Amino acid sequence: MSAVIKRFPVRLDTRRGAVDMTHGSGGRAMAQLIEELFVKHLDNELLGQGNDQALFPVDAGRMVMSTDGHVISPLFFPGGDIGALAVHGTINDVAMSGAKPLYLSAAFILEEGLPLADLERVVVSMAEAAASADVPVVTGDTKVVERGKGDGIFITTTGIGVVSEGVNISGNRAQPGDAILVSGTIGDHGVAIMSSRENLEFETSIESDSAALHTLVADMVNAVGDIHCLRDPTRGGLATTLNELAHQSGVGMKLNEDAIPVNPAVMAACELLGLDPLYVANEGKLICICSPDDANSLLDVMRAHPHGRNAARIGEVGEDAHGFVQMETSFGGQRVIDWLAGEQLPRIC
Amino acid sequence: MKYVEEFRARGLARKLSAAIAGEADSDRQYNIMEFCGGHTHAIFRYGVQDLMPDNVKFVHGPGCPVCVLPIGRIDNAIALAEQREVILCTYGDMLRVPASGRKSLLKAKATGADVRMVYSTRDALKIARDHPDREVVFFAIGFETTTPPTAVAIRQAQSEGLEKFSVFCNHVLTPAAIQNILESPEVREIGSVCIDGFLGPSHVSSIIGSQPYEFFAEEFQKPVVIAGFEPLDVMQSALMLIRQINEGRHEVENEYTRVVTREGNRKAQQLVADVFELRRAFEWRGLGLVPYSALQIKSAYADFDAERRFDVPEIKASDVKGCECPSILRGVKKPTDCKLFGTVCTPENPMGSCMVSSEGACAAYWSYGRMRAPEVVEVKVESVA
Repeated sequence: MSAVIKRFPVRLDTRRGAVDMTHGSGGRAMAQLIEELFVKHLDNELLGQGNDQALFPVDAGRMVMSTDGHVISPLFFPGGDIGALAVHGTINDVAMSGAKPLYLSAAFILEEGLPLADLERVVVSMAEAAASADVPVVTGDTKVVERGKGDGIFITTTGIGVVSEGVNISGNRAQPGDAILVSGTIGDHGVAIMSSRENLEFETSIESDSAALHTLVADMVNAVGDIHCLRDPTRGGLATTLNELAHQSGVGMKLNEDAIPVNPAVMAACELLGLDPLYVANEGKLICICSPDDANSLLDVMRAHPHGRNAARIGEVGEDAHGFVQMETSFGGQRVIDWLAGEQLPRIC
Repeated sequence: MKYVEEFRARGLARKLSAAIAGEADSDRQYNIMEFCGGHTHAIFRYGVQDLMPDNVKFVHGPGCPVCVLPIGRIDNAIALAEQREVILCTYGDMLRVPASGRKSLLKAKATGADVRMVYSTRDALKIARDHPDREVVFFAIGFETTTPPTAVAIRQAQSEGLEKFSVFCNHVLTPAAIQNILESPEVREIGSVCIDGFLGPSHVSSIIGSQPYEFFAEEFQKPVVIAGFEPLDVMQSALMLIRQINEGRHEVENEYTRVVTREGNRKAQQLVADVFELRRAFEWRGLGLVPYSALQIKSAYADFDAERRFDVPEIKASDVKGCECPSILRGVKKPTDCKLFGTVCTPENPMGSCMVSSEGACAAYWSYGRMRAPEVVEVKVESVA
């Protein structure tokens, strides 16, 4: 963006200023916001084209595309914020196909009155997340809604990626006998959000696990050619995601509660709040279903990656006409692990 | 997690399981009613039934505060919430309980009523402080455990001069309900429900003590063991009950000694006595009108009584046709006996209150124990006099 001529005599006041309706009007104020805030931080060659779209060449092959809206409250939470989350969430959705994520788009819906300082903090965080993941934001959009019609910032990101030949990862490929792996401790994100909610504040060292998992996935795909399913257990937690996979593949599952990694602080917070960590959201974990013969080599690869250090084998796929996910409890009994019913906690991502 | 995991230890569970199998007489059936939804939840969540011999069965009681509230009272709460000046505060589970005309507080909220979920009465007081121009009504439900915090809130509101704070009181009493079940025709005459003993409430008893159960243990000759909510507590208490039954004793024993005393929490009892008095009768879903089974706010605190501040008519509302919640709450039927269970009534779309709260028997069956459902249908509780 070095070639842009200074069109705005007074700089955008990102210290004391606030979003107003003119920032979404399509006029000069919007152009200034885009230039002095979004492009300044998210800068890259494709975004710098300055068009309403980004133009780039693609190789022949299969592509994946995914989109994700982010409405989390609060905007800033222990271990992350809505900006980084919007980057990680979509990268992960793309990566769960085994793809290499290439580019992101971002659409912002801003509420009138939002401090520009908050917006800048979010965009900087987004830029850092995108840079460290090496997946740039190449196009975007900004809208402003009247005060009271939004909640600070909503961000929708879309990502595209390419899948290598021979990689065929899908939620309908779980087979009886397959092993179920999880990449680390569950429930960290949801509990971190809860700890910072206005009416529920409690002190904890728990941080959100928000992270981009595409390099972990790349290592896994390189090590084992035929991974059957990958999915990130976000809203609804491990329990709901496993039910989705069981339903999609027409199989049952049997988990071993003792094997499921849970941070003791998360367990304690859940105990206090009457929640079950199996249903609490994650933003930096994945579930992998694979042939039992591949389980150990995958676990080795996962544990060697910073985002898979606590990876564990937590159960296996079985035949079940009802598609039940069941669990042997640590106590020694059996129970069903059902879909999440109702709403455990709204607006967590 | 110190002081929690110890009560969920697998090794001890196995030992207790063997002890129960050794103690239970294989020639007879043992039907143990766990009064509290908290026990129902623990039994299902940890799979306790799997560790019990086949002839020891848990009969689920009415101790789920969300489940026993009659539909009419929820209709009242919705009507209050729909008044423009009112902010209605309540605990999370209440939002989803189905009311008349397929309404619920959650649906009322979606169509504009100001309904707020709170975690404690302190949250409700904070809302009252933050909105001095609005009528803030706390929809109070629950057994003796949740009553003292409501009493504190009312006294606090008085001392702070929160003139627009009030409580829609639906607090109910455990001993009255247990007595009602024991006096019901199903237990006394027809014999369609056989209860050999009770797992007594844990949190409730921490407030009221174990003494209040002594009367009906003696009167109805049924043993009671006050049990903690952890799965090992449930098993240890079941063992204690089986021993009493085998020996023909009917005493109140206390397994939950780490919390419960015979006298209970005197300070909490005094607080409750200061603010509340007995209602002449209160309707329970499943049990009907039960005399002296609930509390109302004393006239000294009338300003904080939503039933005096607003027009709260008595509404006679009937359950959804086919819904067996009333029978399930009395232990007469099991969730799987209900035609609606799992067909039109699921936790996503509850038709009856027992499917709403995680403490409700239907929700527990559906969410944790569904794989057993086909067998459960065939089990008939035998009457053993």
